[in-house]
Amino acid sequence: MAEPTTLQYTADHEWLLVDGNTAVVGITAYAADQLGDVVFVDLPDSGDEITAGSVVGEIESTKSVGELIIPVDGTVTEINQALVDAPELINSDPFGEGWLIKISFAELPTLLSYDEYSALIAD
Amino acid sequence: MTDATTDTTGTARFSPLHQQHVDAGASFTDFGGWQMPVRYSSDLAEHHAVRTAAGIFDISHMAEILVEGPAAPAFLDYALAGKISAVKLGQAKYSLLLNADGGIVDDLVVYRLGEERFLVVANAGNRFAVVPALAERASGFDVTVTDLSDQIALIAVQGPASRAILEATTGITGLGIALDELKYYWSTDAAFNGAPLLIARTGYTGEDGFELYIQTDEAAELWAALSAAGADHGLVPCGLASRDTLRLEAGMPLYGHELGTDVFPAQAGLGRVVALAKEGDFVGRAASERGPAEGARVLVGLAAEGRRAGRADYPLFASTDADAPAIGVITSGALSPTLGHPIAMAFVDPGHAELGTEIFIDVRGSRVPASVVALPFYKRDK
Repeated sequence: MAEPTTLQYTADHEWLLVDGNTAVVGITAYAADQLGDVVFVDLPDSGDEITAGSVVGEIESTKSVGELIIPVDGTVTEINQALVDAPELINSDPFGEGWLIKISFAELPTLLSYDEYSALIAD
Repeated sequence: MTDATTDTTGTARFSPLHQQHVDAGASFTDFGGWQMPVRYSSDLAEHHAVRTAAGIFDISHMAEILVEGPAAPAFLDYALAGKISAVKLGQAKYSLLLNADGGIVDDLVVYRLGEERFLVVANAGNRFAVVPALAERASGFDVTVTDLSDQIALIAVQGPASRAILEATTGITGLGIALDELKYYWSTDAAFNGAPLLIARTGYTGEDGFELYIQTDEAAELWAALSAAGADHGLVPCGLASRDTLRLEAGMPLYGHELGTDVFPAQAGLGRVVALAKEGDFVGRAASERGPAEGARVLVGLAAEGRRAGRADYPLFASTDADAPAIGVITSGALSPTLGHPIAMAFVDPGHAELGTEIFIDVRGSRVPASVVALPFYKRDK
């Protein structure tokens, strides 16, 4: 499980664990809690080119649908296949086993720190 | 969860059990102007608990209206779509409040508490439509209409273990009839800690279950007593999210989704609830006799494969052709937790309502095939 304080965040409730020019992307515990029980995940394919700000996937719960929006241009290098059979991993371990995709990118925009994201969801 | 009308004052209202929900870690949502628990732990866990053991719901946001007086039976025959005068003492009846145009102002349950005494239970969001409508329709009848919503709390215990839980609950006494003899859609007087208690074998989940009407100042004690008795039976507190998937599986309409003032009962499969055979006039009779307009959409059940569920307001098409006109719209939809595949209720053009008809749901830009199936989707073994 990633340590939430060391991650970077988007205002769309995704977290990024950045290592060099790759990042693991997931949704935050707050977002998972807001969605409720996740029952279906639609992820891009490995190799897909991603444009920052576009909807690249969906996370569907019993009650609603959340969109996966990545804040950076890049290429999908891996998706979390375990989620296809067990989408509830997003609820049980959003910062770990519930990760969504890995992407490679050339340049990362400025993201939110843990403190900034915490302040955002406290509003 | 609903687009039914909210409280005219615009201020959030809280259940007399609010503190119990906070203590139990509930998340809250606005429902009909009330802040009500949407879930305590997990929507799916709560849903499955009701199907396999039992769940306890706070539905104190429902509106309770007492109608009493010598003319009460005749008045309700005039004010509502059903033949309420034929309801037996202790029996409950699902009915509709129609407007003069035949549209549905609310769906409600009427309990006959006495020869001249009835309890009308309406949806929270429609309280301020139902109470004035009943008061207005009471003109000329020897009857009083009293809104008791603020004095009565309502707790539902639903699921196969619900009867055992009620029987094990300390403080419930004075049952007029043993619970194992209480039939579905009947009620009995009882007491809880000496306070009047009405226990009805009714519910909104498709399971065996009970709804308990209690004065608000006894509600927390009753909730605690039921919860304690239920601990050995797998009883869990359940929120409105699980209540919605349960009622959808059971094919039960929700006001603001399947029902509204622009919907005739016949369109929603509720034609049998309108007692056209009863004597005398009732509000909406002439319009009901004319029926909905030719070609009016009708409510159907849809089942699909896979896991992508159609949801409320998603359009329906007869083909995958991009130019095909919409032939209907989903009113409620979810991935059924019990059945494991997507289900939905939808209004469709009558030419597409036959069982087995293939229909395509536009799920956020892609067409997912579905079939028209009979309602309810889920029926418990009896």
